[in-house]
Order: sequence, then C-alpha cells, then structure tokens
Amino acid sequence: MRYEAPATAKAAAKLLLGAKGSAKILAGGTDLLVQLRSGMKPPGLVVDIKHIAAMSGIKKERGGFRIGAAVPSAVMGENKGLGKAWPGVVEATGLIGSTQIQGRATMAGNLCNASPAADSVPALAAAGAVARIAGPGKRRDIPAEKIATGPGKTSLKKGELVESIFLPKRPPRSGDAYLRFIPRTEMDIAAASAGVNLTLDRKGVCTAARVALGAVGPRVILSAKAAKALIGTRLEDSALEGFAAACSAAATPIDDKRGTKEFKTHVAGVLARRAAVIAYERAGGKP
Amino acid sequence: MTKTAVSTTINGDAAEFLCETGETLLDVLRDRLDLTGSKEGCGTGDCGACSVMLDGRLVCSCLVLGVEAQGRAVETIEGMAEGETLHPLQQKFLEHAALQCGVCTPGFLVAAKALLEVNDDPSESQVRYWLAGNLCRCTGYDKIVRAVLDTAKDMRSARA
Repeated sequence: MRYEAPATAKAAAKLLLGAKGSAKILAGGTDLLVQLRSGMKPPGLVVDIKHIAAMSGIKKERGGFRIGAAVPSAVMGENKGLGKAWPGVVEATGLIGSTQIQGRATMAGNLCNASPAADSVPALAAAGAVARIAGPGKRRDIPAEKIATGPGKTSLKKGELVESIFLPKRPPRSGDAYLRFIPRTEMDIAAASAGVNLTLDRKGVCTAARVALGAVGPRVILSAKAAKALIGTRLEDSALEGFAAACSAAATPIDDKRGTKEFKTHVAGVLARRAAVIAYERAGGKP
Repeated sequence: MTKTAVSTTINGDAAEFLCETGETLLDVLRDRLDLTGSKEGCGTGDCGACSVMLDGRLVCSCLVLGVEAQGRAVETIEGMAEGETLHPLQQKFLEHAALQCGVCTPGFLVAAKALLEVNDDPSESQVRYWLAGNLCRCTGYDKIVRAVLDTAKDMRSARA
C-alpha cells in the first residue's frame, strides 16, 4: 500500500488516474480504516487529501458556503455562520458517530462512501447541495444526490474526486431540518431518515420545498411528489398528513436487522412530517 | 516492504519512527514507541480506548494511519500527568473509583480532558454525550461522569 499526500487536487487526480491497482481516497478515514481492518484487500494506493488547501476549509461564496472535502464534521459544527444558514445539514453531519469520529469524519466522505443510510446525504439532497468534482479534465459540478448510485458505488470516474460541497444562498424565510430513527439513543445507523428544506412567503405559505428520504432505498430518494404536498400550504395538519403519506409511498425499504419494511415505511413518513415542522419553524412559520 | 520515516511531535517532544503504510497510529504508539497507555479495544473507532489528541482534536488513534502523523502533534495519556503529579482528572477518577479493570480509563481521561478544555462547566448530559464514544463495560458510567463533573467544579473554583 503506497501512501501519498499531494498538495493540489490536480496532483491527487493524476495519482488516482495513474494507479495500477485499486486506489482509495483518504479524508477522515473513519470508513476506510474500518474497511481495511475488516479484511478488504488493501488498495495499492491511498491518496490523503488533507494537505490540499482547496479542500481544507469552509468559505463563503456568492452568499452560500463551500465546504472542502477534507473538512471534518467537528469543524462544520463550530462554524456559527454555517450552522445558522444550514442547521439541518450541520445537524445531520453532527449525528455521525462520537466526538472522536466527528474530529475526523467528513461530509464528502459520507457522500462518497455511498451508504444508503448516510446521515448527511438526505440533508444535502434536500438542500440542493452541489458537489464539485476535480479530475484529470476540467472541474465539474453535479448535484450531491447524483454521487452515490447504489450501496458503496459512486458515479465518479477513475481519477475523479470530490473537491468541495457547495450549499447555495437561500431565499429569505427558508429553513431545513434532518431527523433519523435509530434503535438506540446515540451513535447508530439510521433505520430511516428524512431531510426537508423549504421556503415560505410573507404569509407563511410554503412556496418551495425539497424532501429527501434516507435508508429506505439503495440510494437517497428525492421525492418531488412529497415536496408538492407541502407547496401552497401552511403545513396545516391535513397537509402534513398528506405529506407523510406521500413520503411513506415514496419509501422502498428492505427488511433487515434495523427494522421491517412496514416499520421503516411508516417511520419515514413520521420523520419527514416532524422534520417539515422544524424546517417550517426555522423559516419563521408559526406553528 | 519498505517503511516510511515519519517525524512527529508526541506529548511535546519530537519523535521519529519507521512504519508501514497500513499501520495505524495506535499500532505505532504501542508497538514502535512503547507508549502502551493507549489501548486497543475494538480497532474500529467504536470504543474510544485508543483516544488521543491529534493537532488538538480528539480522535481514535486506531482510525488514523501512522504516516498521517507526519508533521503533526500527538498527545497521549502518557503526557497527562506531570511527573509524579497526577492530572486533576486522574486524581478524581481515583477518588470516585471511576474505574475497575482500567482498559477504557486512558481513553476516558484523554476524552474528558478534551471536553474540559472547551467547556469548563458542562452539564451531566453534555458530559454523557461527549463521552458517548468511550465504552466501559465495568463501571456503569455513573462514577466516571461524577468524577468529570467534580473535576470541572474544582477547576472552576481554583480559577475563581
């Protein structure tokens, strides 16, 4: 296993592209080192991205935030401006693991590890986050929800890596929230989860919404139908009932040790409804 | 296999070691530098027995590669006491009998010290959440939590 710590994204892309055998990107290592330990064939090359300046900070950009791929969750949690602008995304990322894990784990790593239960991904998808991909050619921007294509699989080509994740500027009266269900009280993997991001008009009527469900399908589910159930409403009980039903209908979970299909289908709707209410209040809506 | 030479700082002192790229920082601390205070419980970042500070941030050393320590500052349990004088947390853990077998204790102490550095007046719930990544199968946690809260109280009144 060869270890390289390049100083630029270009150099990282070149290393990845030139790798003879398998190559892995090392950001926080909280998934990679566990995989290595659990008997994964060691990759021929590990590229540590933590020495790349463009990947190591949180920057304000066009009223939004650009978060470097090597930024650990703890640093996101300490950034007051980011937490104020995108509380749902910051809370989702903050749910991943313990204090020790938070000191290392990155949101980009969570995205690229491509677990169906990744906590930050529904929040990112709901937020309309955009991943910036560096590679051998020109940089390109793609929606965060297009990175994972299935469990452990991504749409990134050989030589490509996520350089940063952009959270756009939000209109006034916007709010987001993320909730998950876990069988324990802390530090567990989601059995079902939901991210909601919405905008209200001056009268408190929802004018735009994005709704994403996690852990209830092979990849994150962005449901336009569920979002539609919120738009034009003040999130009255009847609207929320229809919304929860639309979310449950969009869920396609499997039976596993974390819960039955029926349970996860129901809980996806319940969580989405509760997340929508939190997002609504954060947007300034009156309950 | 060729080994990589790594220069780092451990508990304030310059340190150099040779390691293979697949070795974790925990492996290096224990097997190459004879700093066996950090323990291996799970090896997968769940139990916190290997907790150390890396550039001022609490991490599991089992989830860090040894080669990543190049140019960085590592603090381990061995740097906590000053000679024969125990750190206040170590003293309180003894007074409260906040340990039994002792395997998790170094990790708890390193993690608790990191908490008190950022928050000298934590609530019980904040202590429990902060230490949720440190597992103890002997004490039931109560004594540990009380020892941390008691230390925080003493540290505050010493400063006042």
